[in-house]
Amino acid sequence: MADHAHSAQGAGETRRDFLYLMSASAAAFGAATVVWPFISSMNPSGDVLALSSIEVDISGVQVGQAITVKWRGKPVFIRRRTPEEIAEARKADPEVDAKGNVISNPAGLRDPQTDASRVKKPEWLILVGVCTHLGCVPLGQKSSDPRGEFGGWYCPCHGSQYDTSGRIRKGPAPLDLAVPDYVFEKDTVVKIG
Amino acid sequence: MAVVFKNPVIRWIDHRLPVFTYLQHEANDYPTPKNLSYWWNFGSIAGFMLVVMIATGIFLAMQYTPHVDLAFNSVERIMRDVNYGWLLRYIHMNGASMFFIAVYIHIFRGIYYGSYKAPRELLWIIGVAILLLMMATAFMGYVLPWGQMSFWGATVITNLFSAFPVVGSKIVTLLWGGFAVDNPTLNRFYALHYLLPFVILGVVVIHVLALHRFGSNNPTGIDMKGPQDSIPFHPYYTVKDLYGLGVFMLFYAFWVFYAPVALGDPDNFIPANPLSTPPEIVPEWYFLPYYAILRSIPNKLVGVLAMFSSIMVLFILPWLDRSPVRSGTFRPAFKRFFWTLVFVCAILMFCGKYPPANYWLPLEFTVVTPDSLQAAAHLQSADDLWAISFAGGHFGIQIITLGQIAAIYYFAFFLVILPLLSIFERTLPLPLSISQSVLPKGGGAVPSAAAAKPMEKA
Repeated sequence: MADHAHSAQGAGETRRDFLYLMSASAAAFGAATVVWPFISSMNPSGDVLALSSIEVDISGVQVGQAITVKWRGKPVFIRRRTPEEIAEARKADPEVDAKGNVISNPAGLRDPQTDASRVKKPEWLILVGVCTHLGCVPLGQKSSDPRGEFGGWYCPCHGSQYDTSGRIRKGPAPLDLAVPDYVFEKDTVVKIG
Repeated sequence: MAVVFKNPVIRWIDHRLPVFTYLQHEANDYPTPKNLSYWWNFGSIAGFMLVVMIATGIFLAMQYTPHVDLAFNSVERIMRDVNYGWLLRYIHMNGASMFFIAVYIHIFRGIYYGSYKAPRELLWIIGVAILLLMMATAFMGYVLPWGQMSFWGATVITNLFSAFPVVGSKIVTLLWGGFAVDNPTLNRFYALHYLLPFVILGVVVIHVLALHRFGSNNPTGIDMKGPQDSIPFHPYYTVKDLYGLGVFMLFYAFWVFYAPVALGDPDNFIPANPLSTPPEIVPEWYFLPYYAILRSIPNKLVGVLAMFSSIMVLFILPWLDRSPVRSGTFRPAFKRFFWTLVFVCAILMFCGKYPPANYWLPLEFTVVTPDSLQAAAHLQSADDLWAISFAGGHFGIQIITLGQIAAIYYFAFFLVILPLLSIFERTLPLPLSISQSVLPKGGGAVPSAAAAKPMEKA
């Protein structure tokens, strides 16, 4: 009890430790509030975020052709598939229940999704053309490009192969090519983003 | 005395690279006069401002585009779209002014207390070099937003060099990289504006190395004569510097948050137009005194030389003032001339702000054009006005005349008054030691015999 009274009078170390702790906390808090705007300034700015959707006229694309458009600085693949390509994609579909949970996966897809869940109109396949491995743009948009064993896309960087639904079938990429948000504003105009 | 560190990792590193020993000596134990006043805070404040300017500048450079067609809009984008871009830019813009405030106070403190005298001449000269580098950096930074003042400021300042005979126009063309201030000029100014702060940082390191050779001067201007005159830098002056820095940052924050564009010029919100000069070209406040000196001499070359000389004279200051007494505290005549110099610099700043033909009416606290003074005084022509005028009951003095008087005093202070004072001034008796000057009865802890012969104590 006597010790306690002694330290409370100010000569003890508890009081000084407390002051150090409070000063250091205040300094750390101040430093964090200063650092925040610096770091934040490196995030996308208002004008960058505002440029987030585009409209594409697809009236000129024939069956079997594909076009590439730029959206948010990245390529978007718009491919008008042939009936054979659609059939081939559907052949590899996993079996899913009503909620979309995978029941069986006979084709052994790495990232199992049904072709129907990846398109709004079966003829039009719209994908973000960025390989999910390390961000290269896969080949396969032109008929002269290599398309890999599954007739979709082939990434020249590390050999990932995608099928006619844009699903990863072989190679190092972990995920299927991403499907962006889009709507058909008319039969011939699609709005991406 | 070797330092023993408890932490084995620090001990391992320090044995091979004695950086911790160095810090212990130069930032921790570093014996510092125990009587430093708050005027000694401004060196560390200036150092802090340099760090702030480099930090904000690097992040602004990530968003800025150095091209005549894009620069102005990229700055507006920083203000409107970039997250906290407005904050970074206002910290940087006003930071330039705060940096100059700190440095100018630092310089005037050095002059008042004779901090340039032996053995600190080189320390002083390196400091003047830092001032020159700062001026170049600030000027080129002001060009980057590519507003009207940026462009015409760049045009006027680069044209200063055209005053030199023979090589003048060649130098100007070289600075521009073209026939006028244009895209190549903007590009090189940007490159140099990024480079020079790091050059300043390097020179500041040399400045501090030179400082630590003999340590800080102090308000008495007498040397430390032993341990009783000094205290360790840490924690005494780290805490004092931090406290002063906190007060200074309140002042700084006032400008950033409550008056962010008050120190700037409205014309710089207009994109640069090489075909039309704004009606009045005015530099930033920290360049106004030099601008006033330039304009007070009605000859191009002499005006330019006078302006450059106003800084150059500082380089030879240690040899102009031969008085053996450092501190102005013990120099009654010097003290008066010094404060007159401070006042004269304020007058020069005032003169730089207004067109030279205008009249200052001190009794009416206003500056008027010759035409309006003529009209108020019912005179027939502006020729009836004299440089110092009593027209129609208005007592006025033309800005250029006021600037000339102030410029003459500025140079006279360094080139005439200081050398004469060194000979004729009767200085006051100096205290025996720093300790004696600050402690009652020469310091209770120091025996009177030791205080009388402080060197023996040491």
